[in-house]
Amino acid sequence: MGVVVQRDACVGAGQCALVAPDVFDQDDDGLVLLLQSDPSGTDLDAATKAARLCPARAITVTAL
Amino acid sequence: MTTAPRVVIVGASVGGVTAAETLRQEGFSGEIVLIGEERHRPYLRPPLSKQVLLGEWEPDQASMHTPAQADELDMDLRTSCEALGLDVGARVVHTSQGDVPYDELIIATGSEPRRHPLVPQALVLRTMDDSLALRDGLRAAHRVGVIGAGVLGSEIASAARKYGVDTLLVGRSALLTFGGVGALLSSRLIRLHQENGVELALGSDIVGSEAIRGGTSILLASGRTEPVDLVVSMIGATPRTQWLDSSTLRIADGVLCDAVGQAAPGISAVGDVAAWEDPFTGKPARVEHQSNAIEQAVAVAVRIVHGEPGTQPAPFFWSEIHGTRIQAYGWFDPVRPLISAENTDGESAGPDTAAVLLSQDAGQVRGVVGWNAPPREFRSARAAVIQAPALAPS
Repeated sequence: MGVVVQRDACVGAGQCALVAPDVFDQDDDGLVLLLQSDPSGTDLDAATKAARLCPARAITVTAL
Repeated sequence: MTTAPRVVIVGASVGGVTAAETLRQEGFSGEIVLIGEERHRPYLRPPLSKQVLLGEWEPDQASMHTPAQADELDMDLRTSCEALGLDVGARVVHTSQGDVPYDELIIATGSEPRRHPLVPQALVLRTMDDSLALRDGLRAAHRVGVIGAGVLGSEIASAARKYGVDTLLVGRSALLTFGGVGALLSSRLIRLHQENGVELALGSDIVGSEAIRGGTSILLASGRTEPVDLVVSMIGATPRTQWLDSSTLRIADGVLCDAVGQAAPGISAVGDVAAWEDPFTGKPARVEHQSNAIEQAVAVAVRIVHGEPGTQPAPFFWSEIHGTRIQAYGWFDPVRPLISAENTDGESAGPDTAAVLLSQDAGQVRGVVGWNAPPREFRSARAAVIQAPALAPS
């Protein structure tokens, strides 16, 4: 599984960094930063949850 | 898995789409029918008052899916299909394209803007088509009248100023409100608008309007008349429940649901149209925030697939007004002023000052506002908000 973020769609809500802090962070403008693009285990579960909750739908978790 | 073979979702906006996606992610292999009234494929609404209105995004960029993502969901999407009625006993939705039987029904029909009775010609903003019409109007306008003291009124005033249009914001209330935060941010918002050249007419009742050459004249109770060449009204929304009126569901201000979103056996409701029992007060409450629609849809889909009650989400809402990012998370009590995280008076600081503001009750943090706050500070404040009690289905 892989995680892809679209920074141009990000609105800086920060839901992702809250539910999956080991996968996502935010820069000083609040925009998403991807910490790992190939998470596994609980990090993958958290990334999937973050993708669901993202208000801008800027996160995609895909099968590689 | 205890799931039924066919889930029908009425409403193809973010609540309905999120429910469909979560059903699939949780392993639901039955049929999913998604019914949408608009001609467009599902799209996000928040950009309609932001990027699309400002002309920064083409309509396609607000789409929720690429064609490949839509295919992957393997759902039966019916656009331009209007739900007309519901037969709870027979488990059938009546639509403009025929009857659709269901085993599980998710109601996600959202809300629709209230029209101002005395300014019926005012534009409103709810759909993609509304946003494009308003964008074109702002491009041509010289002076716009925005009616409504809520966050959408503020967002449209902000967009109008970006277009360089003279902007009058008319509010019946003397205070500006911001979603679930109510009027607690009013003085900051008022100063923010003033500093960005918005003319405010707050505490002003509109007593009429008339067509004038090239626009509209808005008549205020004070006797003032305000000529504008474009008028927009954002005075709230009503839940779209008309199609359910002849059903046996309990409807008040929205579809009444228990604390896990069930309106009746096999029928759930999510988003603007749904009034879930509030976990703190036990009373039905509608929450008109996009993130609420998403989280309720996730909770309902998980419950349908796994049969377990979900947890009720804390409201989260954000906006950007005149370049200031404002975020609100949790619950706010209108009679308790916000205090800043450093224990100074949060309302006295100017709108240029970044701040994290807290709503506290008996020493517990119930809500937090980020006003241009550094992302990490807002997040750590958010983590301290007391969550809703655990839920059980009624």
